[in-house]
Amino acid sequence: MASAVRIQREPFDAGAEIRALTEGRTDIGAVVTFSGLCRDEGGALSALELEHYAGMAEEELERVAAEARARWPLQGATIIHRYGRIAPGEDIVLVVTASTHRRAAFEAAEFLMDYLKTRAPFWKKEHRADGARGDWVAAKDDDDAAASRWDSKKPG
Amino acid sequence: MKIAYFAWVRERIGKESETVEPPAEVATVADLVRWLKTRGEEYAYAFENEGVVRAAIDRRHVKPQTSIANAREIAFFPPMTGG
Repeated sequence: MASAVRIQREPFDAGAEIRALTEGRTDIGAVVTFSGLCRDEGGALSALELEHYAGMAEEELERVAAEARARWPLQGATIIHRYGRIAPGEDIVLVVTASTHRRAAFEAAEFLMDYLKTRAPFWKKEHRADGARGDWVAAKDDDDAAASRWDSKKPG
Repeated sequence: MKIAYFAWVRERIGKESETVEPPAEVATVADLVRWLKTRGEEYAYAFENEGVVRAAIDRRHVKPQTSIANAREIAFFPPMTGG
């Protein structure tokens, strides 16, 4: 199965990543793509700074991708996470899943996002548009709840 | 062993990483946190709310009760906010 995990400063091209998974194949019936973008929070932010734990970030995303492959019949999965300074409107993260049928692709994409948000070692710091000192973004209890609901759920 | 700090834990302690030799009775991640807190107010500030800061040993998430025996690199960081 085609599987790729990348951590990079540069922007990515979601269309190119979809083509990389599907090119030359005739067995894939469904591709689901999720992109996470940087928001400006109503004009308050000029950028987000993404810090990561180099080495562990790659390994943790590989572990999350392996867990998705064990749970769903996937023909492909790609996870790309950016780091560094990211402006509002730019992409931060990309998840692409490919499967024979849509349900596995949808569920696996959602699982990958829920899991990576609570397990992948990345941290966001705000850069404020007014020049004031920005805060570190606080983790949400909702994210933990979203990840833990998969613990008891069997793939469909 | 090497200890690495990330995000606001790094900022509060004022360094990205350091090499430390804790005494033999420091056996677990929680012991290590308690020992680090005695090393200065910047450490006490970084670990002021025990249970908030997460840890990894050799690039894998671990719990406070995990043994640090044979650890090469221990990292401390806030709850993650990627994605």
